[in-house]
Amino acid sequence: MADLKLTDVVKNYGNVNVLGDINLDITTGELIVFVGPSGCGKSTLLRMIAGLEKITDGTLEIDGVVVNDVPPSQRGIAMVFQSYALYPHMTVRDNMAFALNIAKKPKAEIDAAVDKAAKALQLDPYLDRLPKALSGGQRQRVAIGRAIVRDPKVYLFDEPLSNLDAALRVATRIEISQLKEAMPDSTMIYVTHDQVEAMTLADRIVVLANKGIAQVGSPLDLYERPRTEFVAQFIGSPAMNLLPGKITGTGAQTEVTLDAGGVARTDIATTDADMGKIVNLGVRPEDFVQTDGGAIFTGTVEIVEALGEVTLLYIPSKMSVGEGADSANQTHLIAKVPGIHDDLKNKLVKLTADPSKLQIFHNGVTMRG
Amino acid sequence: MEMAGTKSRLTWAVNLAVGFLVLLWIIPTFGLLVSSFRDRDAISTSGWWTALSASERNVIVRADAPDNAAPDGAGWVLSGSVFEGGSGNVTAFGIASRAPEAFAPGEVATHPKGHQITVEANGDYRIAYSEQPSGSRGQRLFVRAETPPGFTLDNYREVLFAEGMGKALLNTLTVTIPATIIPILVAAFAAYALAWMEMPGRALLIAGIVGLLVVPLQVAFIPLLKLHNNIGIGKGYIGIWLAHTGFGLPLAVFLLRNYMAGLPGEIIESARVDGASDFAIFRKIILPLSFPALASFAIFQFLWVWNDLLVAKVFLGTGEDQVVMTGRIVDLLGSRGGDWEILAASAFVSIAVPIAVFFSLQRYLVRGLLAGSVKGG
Repeated sequence: MADLKLTDVVKNYGNVNVLGDINLDITTGELIVFVGPSGCGKSTLLRMIAGLEKITDGTLEIDGVVVNDVPPSQRGIAMVFQSYALYPHMTVRDNMAFALNIAKKPKAEIDAAVDKAAKALQLDPYLDRLPKALSGGQRQRVAIGRAIVRDPKVYLFDEPLSNLDAALRVATRIEISQLKEAMPDSTMIYVTHDQVEAMTLADRIVVLANKGIAQVGSPLDLYERPRTEFVAQFIGSPAMNLLPGKITGTGAQTEVTLDAGGVARTDIATTDADMGKIVNLGVRPEDFVQTDGGAIFTGTVEIVEALGEVTLLYIPSKMSVGEGADSANQTHLIAKVPGIHDDLKNKLVKLTADPSKLQIFHNGVTMRG
Repeated sequence: MEMAGTKSRLTWAVNLAVGFLVLLWIIPTFGLLVSSFRDRDAISTSGWWTALSASERNVIVRADAPDNAAPDGAGWVLSGSVFEGGSGNVTAFGIASRAPEAFAPGEVATHPKGHQITVEANGDYRIAYSEQPSGSRGQRLFVRAETPPGFTLDNYREVLFAEGMGKALLNTLTVTIPATIIPILVAAFAAYALAWMEMPGRALLIAGIVGLLVVPLQVAFIPLLKLHNNIGIGKGYIGIWLAHTGFGLPLAVFLLRNYMAGLPGEIIESARVDGASDFAIFRKIILPLSFPALASFAIFQFLWVWNDLLVAKVFLGTGEDQVVMTGRIVDLLGSRGGDWEILAASAFVSIAVPIAVFFSLQRYLVRGLLAGSVKGG
């Protein structure tokens, strides 16, 4: 039920700049996910929206009102913390009722709100328990319940699932997704470093890097149309392969000749001015297919990781090193081919890819329209 | 497996050491406790560890004056009891200092002067004269007697009501309870502010408080007393409450701040997002969660104030209504120094309350001592 507008927001700790010039519009009912490598300031940005950190410069508006100096409690936000942050000496009911008690709401209203939230989260059998008598998932649900009870304009989630084990994480992720569907008007901001959470939950993803926003877009937009090498490699696992090369043909279909020898044809349109530019060709591991004909890349498989439904092939090659890449990406080209292929070790493979799925980056920035 | 073996051996060593230390402390304390229930004669003739068995002692009594002998048949007889109203069990008796245990109970001893003496096991004696005796000095009887174990509350009665410990106990409580509660109240507020409220100079304040921890309190006695006199408090309870509060505050603030700073910050942020003011956070979140630290400091401060003599000597008057127990015991050491039963009972009156406080709060003491060292407490 609220629009958020961040204008030129800056955060400094003393002389150290951690976030600079953040501009972001969030509209009512959106679920926005902040992702980025650790230390990129995504939690700081969330805490600034919550009012737990001072905004050094720029403005934050909620529903058109500048709230830079408004205390957290009056911003109409509710926050779910990574560590749950339940009050350990209070029962589940008291935990969920805490904010309403502080606000001195009538008792009947508090009870109704708590019961409704507890029912929605299937917490009603545990209302009189202390947090220590709950499992991790239940604790996280109480933390979410505590937010729901307040009926806030904006929900803030700070890595809410990172303390849960894998199975519970999936279940709780689905619950959050259902919660969002049940409350289509509420705005949610969700911080995570887990890209599966980001891809599955988000209406829009904000990728943060280098003290600023690298790209904002829908999950598939980021996947298919990464604006920078960083975003390209950060979204998707294993990360996108960046193969150094040179533009040798322009027009509606650009031709890139790789340093490693292959030639790739892409559906990216370029002009004559781009001829001869040094570029990186981006290919997602899952877009590679084996071929007998003209290949983009030919090499000998060094390592095979058979995961069952897919097989990862590691082929030594000269790679372009991007900051979103992990160490394997810097020395090996990775291809993800469907099925089990553990017989490919030490074999020569020829790989190609659909021209529409290739990316060309010049100086780290995409050349795709 | 090797690790497990090492660990269990270490555990054994720890357990044995702890058991040894416990015995080392318990035995004298228990001895003091037992002694405080025994009468003076028992303490002077046997150790406290024999208190449960009958004690043997040698008694010298004088029989009734021969003038009082009553005619009995052909002769004259004197009778009575060597225990004179008490009770006991005679195991041997004699009539001369050279052979105090010459006869068994019931035997007839013949005195060189001709009269015959019998002492029964129950202490009854009978002296038979053939002619009417005369004289006011009774026959000396040497008796070896076993006295059954006996415990008495007389020592406590005397200590509490005759020696003034009862009044001193009340005085000590009057000093200790406020001198424990006031610093906790003050320190809890200060600790919260120092732990969780952003303010300029906070680190300096904390450093100053830590610095105060090492200042010996003796250096403050004269200036403080002068101050008290100047502002009209003089010597009295208000003065000593203030003094103990001041002397206890640095440790209290330090302990509580460290504990509170160790509480998870997200809980406090969560409460802040939930709309709680600093005071509400303090009262509803921090205070309940800090209970172990509060309790452990309460024990420290209570014991320290309770056992204090120095501060009380300086800041309290010497009148009957202001002498604390430690002061009273010092007096007793001077005036009744040889009366162990009185001193033992006094000691027990003075440690009874700390023991009760300790046992009621000890589970917090253990947890509270970890204050600040592990996250969450």
